[in-house]
Amino acid sequence: MRNAERPEASLRETVIRPASGWFDLHLGELWRYRDLIYLMVRRDFVAQYAQTILGPLWFLIQPVLTTAMFVLVFNRVARLPTDGVPPYLFYMAGSVAWGYFANCLTRISTTFTTNAHIFGKVWFPRLVVPISVAVSSLFAFVIQFALLAVLLGLEALRGGSLPIGPGLLALPLVVLQMGLLGIGCGIVISSLTTKYRDLVNLVAFGVQLWMFATPVVYPASKIPARWAWLLAVNPMAPMVESFRILVLGAGTVTAGQIAAGIAITLLILAAGVVLFSRIEKSFMDTV
Amino acid sequence: MPPAILVSGLWKRYRYGTLGYGTLRHDLQSWWARVRGRDDPNAKLHLRRPPANDAGSDHFWALADVSFTVEPGEVVGIVGRNGAGKSTLLKVLSRVTAPTRGEIRLRGRLASLLEVGTGFHPDLTGRENIFLNGAILGMTRAEVRRQFDAIVAFAGLERFVDTPVKRYSSGMYVRLAFAVAAHLEAEILVVDEVLAVGDASFQRKALGRMQAVAGEGRTVLFVSHNLGAVRSLCTRGLVIADGAIAFAGDTVPALEHYEASLATVGDPLRSSRPAGPLAGVVGFSRVAVRQDGIEVSRVDPTRGFEVIVEGRTETPIGDAAVALGLFSEGHRLFSLHDSTEGVNLPAGDFRSHFEMPSHLLRPGRFVLGVGVRRALGGDWAWIAEAAAFEVSERWDERLLQRDTGALCVSVRAWRETASAGSFTLEDAVAGAGQSRREEGHDRG
Repeated sequence: MRNAERPEASLRETVIRPASGWFDLHLGELWRYRDLIYLMVRRDFVAQYAQTILGPLWFLIQPVLTTAMFVLVFNRVARLPTDGVPPYLFYMAGSVAWGYFANCLTRISTTFTTNAHIFGKVWFPRLVVPISVAVSSLFAFVIQFALLAVLLGLEALRGGSLPIGPGLLALPLVVLQMGLLGIGCGIVISSLTTKYRDLVNLVAFGVQLWMFATPVVYPASKIPARWAWLLAVNPMAPMVESFRILVLGAGTVTAGQIAAGIAITLLILAAGVVLFSRIEKSFMDTV
Repeated sequence: MPPAILVSGLWKRYRYGTLGYGTLRHDLQSWWARVRGRDDPNAKLHLRRPPANDAGSDHFWALADVSFTVEPGEVVGIVGRNGAGKSTLLKVLSRVTAPTRGEIRLRGRLASLLEVGTGFHPDLTGRENIFLNGAILGMTRAEVRRQFDAIVAFAGLERFVDTPVKRYSSGMYVRLAFAVAAHLEAEILVVDEVLAVGDASFQRKALGRMQAVAGEGRTVLFVSHNLGAVRSLCTRGLVIADGAIAFAGDTVPALEHYEASLATVGDPLRSSRPAGPLAGVVGFSRVAVRQDGIEVSRVDPTRGFEVIVEGRTETPIGDAAVALGLFSEGHRLFSLHDSTEGVNLPAGDFRSHFEMPSHLLRPGRFVLGVGVRRALGGDWAWIAEAAAFEVSERWDERLLQRDTGALCVSVRAWRETASAGSFTLEDAVAGAGQSRREEGHDRG
């Protein structure tokens, strides 16, 4: 019946060919599967809270403990400066921003291995999975950001200044870029781990190392001039600094660093999409 | 009208040995060995011999030059032994894996059911899983919403739709999963053995649903070891053997071709690996038929014979019955168990004997399925088409008494006639009453 209603001409033709081209991306099909992205985000959300009593509150424990540790180690013991911002706000802003990116990257880097079962049984654009992970990681980010906002408000009541301005509108763009970079790095790693399983063990260490190369526990303003190139090649550096400027009103970033960061982000994302699309065709034969 | 599915020159190669555990360390080791001119420490050991062509090489062709077309609205049954390439063909058609060579053109949306319940999440409710599973299978939320009531009604789970599926019984879970799959809105449906789930009544319902889908003019590719289902559902048959199409044509000749290609009794089984939860534990090596003390592949129907099933279990299985199923033209005639209650099957080799009386089977070809079933717990292992044998055309009085069919059944039957004066039909129509008579029919 449904079939009869549909004129023959409107039937889409699909052609299945060997995995040959590097640029056989099918991004249009991603759009057709947008409902699946929504439903996977919903699944992650429901599944994460279904069994926990505290629910979303768990997300607060991580930044609170991290911040406490950073304050103790880097501020009290190592005496690192914090751009004139109260240390706990400085570290919390850094770790909330970094946390979103690191969370995206780590979860996406296991896309193929954790979904091998589904991927082996049914086809859908595989990029649906990393995108939905990046979106569902936003829940934790939003909750942690809300805590940060509350702390900022309390600080303002105690006589500090509240740097709320039109610049805050740029915040979603920074978060978007972090998400895109997280997806890009995550799908590159997940593609490589289909061949090299032991790379998985390096991911946690690599993320840790990357964090210390990024101004999370120290301000960019304290980076010696001979290390300044790090800020240009590490796209997370201008993003974390921009995040602090927008939220705390303190930080150093140049337009050149932001532009370089965006360019590198897009480059990694494009390379990741190409690699990922290539791997997804042969993945089931190698797992 | 262009064909719904056009497969031309399809090849699919799989490699041995490299599957999975490629690690960076191994690649570096191999590279270092090459640099020093030593033997590669990770060179493949040929533990498994390729089943088909290219013996000794590190790859084999799961599909070798497969071409066929399916017209819109056709229901095509695909049969073949385990490992023949059926599942690979479906995987390539469903885009789960890419072909090595060749091309497939599909007109319309293809939905594949290689498994029911893919992506079900135990913490989500039935309702949430219907939407998620539907979307994974390619439906939009609007399409799922349109079919939602039909899905829930088909599964018979109206009262539990807002319960997390981890609280479902396994039967409820399977019913829900199949219901979603059965209501996919796709022009082409690819189905792999998913009807073999649930209890008997649900299987009938599922088969009925498949028939309805086929009747809607959609194109269906249907893989099954249930030859009876293939026979009743399909308009065409494809027989796949060793990665190539061995026969394509009408369903009945296709099934005949397939049955004729099965291992005859007495030979080692071509595929000793059964399906089912006990598949990793139990294997079968041989099914033999013995008459008058010697092994035969043709049975004289006028004398009794014995079916012998040989196998091995790696671990002891409690309360186990070795089962034998007898099939004719895709229909299961009956099943036998070597013990009704089930007795413990110790680890090691076993051999079960099934004694068949004379005059049980009529001439023709019969297929044997073998398996193990636990009386309690319900775990099982089963090879649907383990071996085949023939019953020769030797007739005697008792066989001649019955006309056709596969089984010779003795049931009491008698007749009353009005002319003997002992009987009148109460509702007899005037004039016709004399010629009316009531008759008992033999079954079979």
